[in-house]
Amino acid sequence: MKLFENLLGKVKPHFEKGGKLEKYYYGFDALETFLFVPGHASDPGGTHIKDGIDLKRTMFTVVIAMVPCLLFGIWNVGHQHFLALGQFIGAGDGFMDKILYGALQVLPIVIVSYGVGLGIEFGIAIAKKHPVNEGFLVSGMLIPLVMPPTIPLWMVAIATAFAVVLGKEAFGGTGMNILNVALTARVFLFFAYPIYMSGDAVWIAGDPAQFVDGFSGATPLGVAYLDGMAGLASMQHVSYDLSSLILGTIPGSIGETSAIAIAIGAVILLVSGIGSWRIMASMLAGAYVTAVVFALTGIDPFNGVPPHYHLFMGSVLFAAVFMATDPVTAAQTTRGKFIYGFLIGIFGMIIRVLNPAYPEGWMLAILLMNVFAPTIDHLVVQSNIKRRLSRALK
Amino acid sequence: MPRNQAFMNNSVIKLKRGYDINLRGKAEKTFLDLEQPTLFALHPSDILGMSPIPKLHVKEGDEVKAGQPLYFDKPSPAVQYCAPVSGEIVEVRRGQKRAIEAVVILADSKVEFYDQGRLSDKASREEIVQYLLKSGAWVLMRQRPFNVVPDPEVVPRDIFVSCFDTSPLAPDYGMLMQGKETAFQQGLRLLGKLTSGRVHLGLPPTGPEVFTRAEGVVKHTFSGPHPAGNVGVHIHHVAPIRKGDAVWVLKPQDVAIIGRLAAEGIYDPQRTVAVVGDELTKTGYYKTRIGASLKPLLDGRLKNDHVRVISGNPLTGTRVSKDGYLGLFDDQVTVIEEGDRPEFLGWLFPSYPRPSLSRTFLSYLTPNKEYHVNTNNHGELRAYVMTGEYESVVPMDLYPQHLIKSILYRDFDQMEGLGIYEVVEEDLALCEFVCTSKQPVQSILREGLEAMRIED
Repeated sequence: MKLFENLLGKVKPHFEKGGKLEKYYYGFDALETFLFVPGHASDPGGTHIKDGIDLKRTMFTVVIAMVPCLLFGIWNVGHQHFLALGQFIGAGDGFMDKILYGALQVLPIVIVSYGVGLGIEFGIAIAKKHPVNEGFLVSGMLIPLVMPPTIPLWMVAIATAFAVVLGKEAFGGTGMNILNVALTARVFLFFAYPIYMSGDAVWIAGDPAQFVDGFSGATPLGVAYLDGMAGLASMQHVSYDLSSLILGTIPGSIGETSAIAIAIGAVILLVSGIGSWRIMASMLAGAYVTAVVFALTGIDPFNGVPPHYHLFMGSVLFAAVFMATDPVTAAQTTRGKFIYGFLIGIFGMIIRVLNPAYPEGWMLAILLMNVFAPTIDHLVVQSNIKRRLSRALK
Repeated sequence: MPRNQAFMNNSVIKLKRGYDINLRGKAEKTFLDLEQPTLFALHPSDILGMSPIPKLHVKEGDEVKAGQPLYFDKPSPAVQYCAPVSGEIVEVRRGQKRAIEAVVILADSKVEFYDQGRLSDKASREEIVQYLLKSGAWVLMRQRPFNVVPDPEVVPRDIFVSCFDTSPLAPDYGMLMQGKETAFQQGLRLLGKLTSGRVHLGLPPTGPEVFTRAEGVVKHTFSGPHPAGNVGVHIHHVAPIRKGDAVWVLKPQDVAIIGRLAAEGIYDPQRTVAVVGDELTKTGYYKTRIGASLKPLLDGRLKNDHVRVISGNPLTGTRVSKDGYLGLFDDQVTVIEEGDRPEFLGWLFPSYPRPSLSRTFLSYLTPNKEYHVNTNNHGELRAYVMTGEYESVVPMDLYPQHLIKSILYRDFDQMEGLGIYEVVEEDLALCEFVCTSKQPVQSILREGLEAMRIED
């Protein structure tokens, strides 16, 4: 601690005004404030005491909430790989092999995402002379979790660069962006390189030539969309029953499969008060209600799949807990949050069920509602203004 | 609650949103037996919107009596600012561009009063106004919106007095009002003649008798966490300020000053202050007058030197030096640790407990714990990311974060629509405290209020 303080104290003059490395000041500042909460006393013109919370702690809590998904994702990438090879069929078998294999697949994606994103953030902060914002700590982890395990690393790199530069910095950086950064990265790849982002072949890491005969690699959502409940029940080599869906021992994007891991993350976000329960609850309610309506009307291609299966297939839970709740791009007012979440639920389910071109709707539904969130807030705030105005006329 | 309903019954208005910041160093319920300070000072900057160089009636070396006019603001010459004690003007302190920072009086050992003449019971409203203006008591009242000196030409819609304070380390108003019961009632009677509406008292669920027995006023009871004691919150729930309304507010001790002025013909601005904070060897209450030097309160009574002295409370008070003075409206002096030391990985592993509304700290499991605080910012300024924080600490029907943003982009219609007339800095101070992005909410709000005031 003293060591760091001395070291920083020694190099700091080089970064300050007049120093050799002056133009890199904000890069230094980011590292220094990471190590030490600065000894800035509060401005005497405002409150003299401040709450202990800051953006670093907030963002870090969200990262912690994603760790269960990351760890499970690492194991599951390995698990799915060995299932396809016909080895270590039991969930408990070959634990270390699966972790090792999964880690070799997943961690490079995480490293590329953080490396590219933080590199750009530091570069822009230095160029535009403003402090590095903590927002990418979360985006950098979200991006790997919504990628298929087979995604080429160079695609992760350009998607991250696209999202950070055009999705965020072009709008003014963290806090100013309209669209969810991680979803911008995903939607970019989805439309630019669709065969790497969808279909039956991208969810299992490994060489398909070595997979056992009859192994499909399709996700439960894909199977259910084509063959309904009967399809889910008749899978070879894998089990797509409800408990597998909840446990998450199914193919899918790295972090989205396990309802349990996501639920642990949700608990962390809700207990800490950082994630909005209003958005999570209303989005899931909207999705479920829509699924029920589809099931009752029978225009549902998901033949015989009960509505509650919809909550455990695909990425709806992950989207509700980690994506829709991004406070910057979500609605900001209390009532607005309910409306925003509920509409995401409805639109996402409509896209999933009715649109054959898009196998999964949450990414698009959330981005759509990101765009409409300010409108929702405007209407809510406007009603407050009208109430005040009517009082003035009395 | 509709206006009429609030007038009719005396039920408790329960406020849910807010946050009590529970700090160590609350005032012991004793009066500190300390000598009176020798120096007193008036600061023109205590008054919002005052021009930097007011017109002086006195010069250095002059002898003045308590209640004798010292200076006035040229745009409103009727409003006089009067000496709180008798003595010699020892300094007219000037700052940048010759702005007057303070007029300092070396106090006589026994206060001599300037004879204001008694106010007759039959005095008209206009006579009362003139009497208060020339005697110096006028400036103890503030006009909402904007919290400025009341305009003598305006008849206020209502007058509000909050009879409790919920801010951190706040004084117990029962202690402040000891010995001022009669004067308080006399003051209320006078105030009743100034407004076209009523005088409203905002009471806590269990208040001292001086308030509960008050006559000729409308009483409203409020319960809940801070800012339940803020007069702005009371006005909002009883009869919100609309565009064009003027409501006057003042504190109970100042009601008593006005009462005594009318009854005895002397302006004697006595102030009992709570002397609080964890950096003091002994806390308690101290009877003095407006503008008192804080030296006798602080000399030899600090636990250490690394402190911030605040005239007022830790949310809204003014930082003063160790030989500073008590502000015109303050009834509290707070001394807390200066937080200018860096903290290794403090955002991740806090090295000492700190108050927080955030549940990322374990402190929310022990809501009654009292904290030792310092003035550290606990983070750096960022763009807005979190939402709903401000709303959770403002028990009013308004959207504080949207209001602050409308000020930042200077949309006057939006500011008005979002209720800028209904708030002053103290009402949104908790927003600034809880802000994850460390935005200077109070100074942004003041910018907005000033812009609106000039626009009006």
